[in-house]
Amino acid sequence: MLKINNLHKTFNAGTINAKTALNGLDLTLNDGDFVTVIGGNGAGKSTMLNAIAGVWKPDFGSIEIDGVDATNMPEHKRAAFLGRVFQDPMKGTAPDMEIAENLAIAARRGTKRKLIWGIKKDERKKYKELLATLELGLETRLSCKVGLLSGGQRQAITLLMATLRRPKLLLLDEHTAALDPKTAAKVLEITDKLVNENKLTTLMITHNMHDAIAHGNRLIMMHEGKVIVDVSGEDKKKLTISELLGLFEKASGSAFASDKVMLSK
Amino acid sequence: MAFLYALPGAVAEGLIWGLMAIGVYISYKILDIADLTVDGSICTGGCVCAVLISHGVPVWVSVLVSFIAGMLTGVITGLLHTALGIPAILAGILTQLMLYSINLSILGSKSLIAIDPRANNLLVHMSDNIRSIIVAGGLIVAVIILLWLFFYTEVGLTLKSTGDNPDMSRAQGINVKLNKVIGLAIANGIVAFAGALLAQYKGSANINDGRGAIVIGLAAIFIGLSVSLRIKPNFVVSLIGVIGGGITYYIVYNFVVLLGLKTDFLKMLSAIIVTIFLAVPYIKSEYFSKPKELPAEVNGGDSDA
Repeated sequence: MLKINNLHKTFNAGTINAKTALNGLDLTLNDGDFVTVIGGNGAGKSTMLNAIAGVWKPDFGSIEIDGVDATNMPEHKRAAFLGRVFQDPMKGTAPDMEIAENLAIAARRGTKRKLIWGIKKDERKKYKELLATLELGLETRLSCKVGLLSGGQRQAITLLMATLRRPKLLLLDEHTAALDPKTAAKVLEITDKLVNENKLTTLMITHNMHDAIAHGNRLIMMHEGKVIVDVSGEDKKKLTISELLGLFEKASGSAFASDKVMLSK
Repeated sequence: MAFLYALPGAVAEGLIWGLMAIGVYISYKILDIADLTVDGSICTGGCVCAVLISHGVPVWVSVLVSFIAGMLTGVITGLLHTALGIPAILAGILTQLMLYSINLSILGSKSLIAIDPRANNLLVHMSDNIRSIIVAGGLIVAVIILLWLFFYTEVGLTLKSTGDNPDMSRAQGINVKLNKVIGLAIANGIVAFAGALLAQYKGSANINDGRGAIVIGLAAIFIGLSVSLRIKPNFVVSLIGVIGGGITYYIVYNFVVLLGLKTDFLKMLSAIIVTIFLAVPYIKSEYFSKPKELPAEVNGGDSDA
């Protein structure tokens, strides 16, 4: 489904602030993989997701999504393959537009948009049913401006938008990090449900080791712009946090350094 | 008495400026771009229309060509901004400067071209304010209906989201750059359309027409939205509010002139009105806001669920 080959990216290259974020990243995702991504500060997790999404072009290497070479495809074209949820709950939805309008825009991702009515009547009914499955009381607020909702509600809607049109690959960039623990758990529950129901190939960055172990069928750990640990199947199911930290230290030759991860351990 | 006498004229001219303000609303409010092309494109609209009419081209055709010319000015700004990466404000300023030369050459290096209202069947003219109000009003209704329909189409929704949240838009497969160009084209098309009406109303197109037009447009938007957002914050009510803002602006303007303000200071007046509307919300929140007292018992918020 996804093939990343020897990907390199250095920000501010040639300046004193040069920062190598991706350093020969290789990653292959199989159809239906639900991969959790964990790693220290500046390990390149978000950079990897942005590279896949096409926020900027890599310096070197290639990205293939579902057999299509996407390395030079602009961001809005790649969106046809991708569902994305950002860390910042404000980033995934248009605040001044209605819930239904946001969903209608997402429902047409990857299609040629025409000069025909933007939301069809039967669509509203479908959105109502979908919103009801979130159990956040949003099904009665279809005409409500998204900007009036809480971060958790917006993140849940963003998830719905990302999966409304089945993506080849779902990219979740620490999408629960900005939420309070209760809301984060709810959004994760919705995530699991959507991913499992639609059998979505998913990359989920998290700073929570529990979540990284509890969710998905495969876990990768990143360090200095590369994947250094890759556990899947039965091995992953049996994994504990201390084993995970041990794997990291063995592979990287250093102690795991991320304040966020340590705090949420 | 003199004020009442001036009222129909103020309403007619206010309607035309209100139409222009709808163009500014599209760039400023929907696309979230302060587009300074407007000062030039309103003049382009007037110049194209006046020259065509004086060459015997039918009025309707002249207005249509003005609209298209205005769209082209928007495309220029849009491409400077999206294809060449120039910040939007600077792109507008550059186009505006280009347009001064272009407008001058449209006018055949003259600073003014007069339109003879008797020889041509003009849509609006200051000699018949009632008719001007009816015609301008009708055109505005048509424009609002067309825009309302457009902004609820699949394409129109993506234009709204482009200004509202470009990150979300790109993630949903929307070509944000293309949308900005389209939006600026529509905005400046409407502005030039208003410019064409204004030239007819005044009976001439002048190379200096439109200086400060963006400020008048913003004034109309702020005045209008300060009322319409309290009534119902939807698209059509907002646009009607903007038209009302344009009319209010011109009534105040005429009133102040009748009070004896020297006409030299009229642009100063426009700037002050916009300054007040921009500053008041800030002053209110920065200097006069107090934390509200919490009610004795706060209901447990489930809004974060």
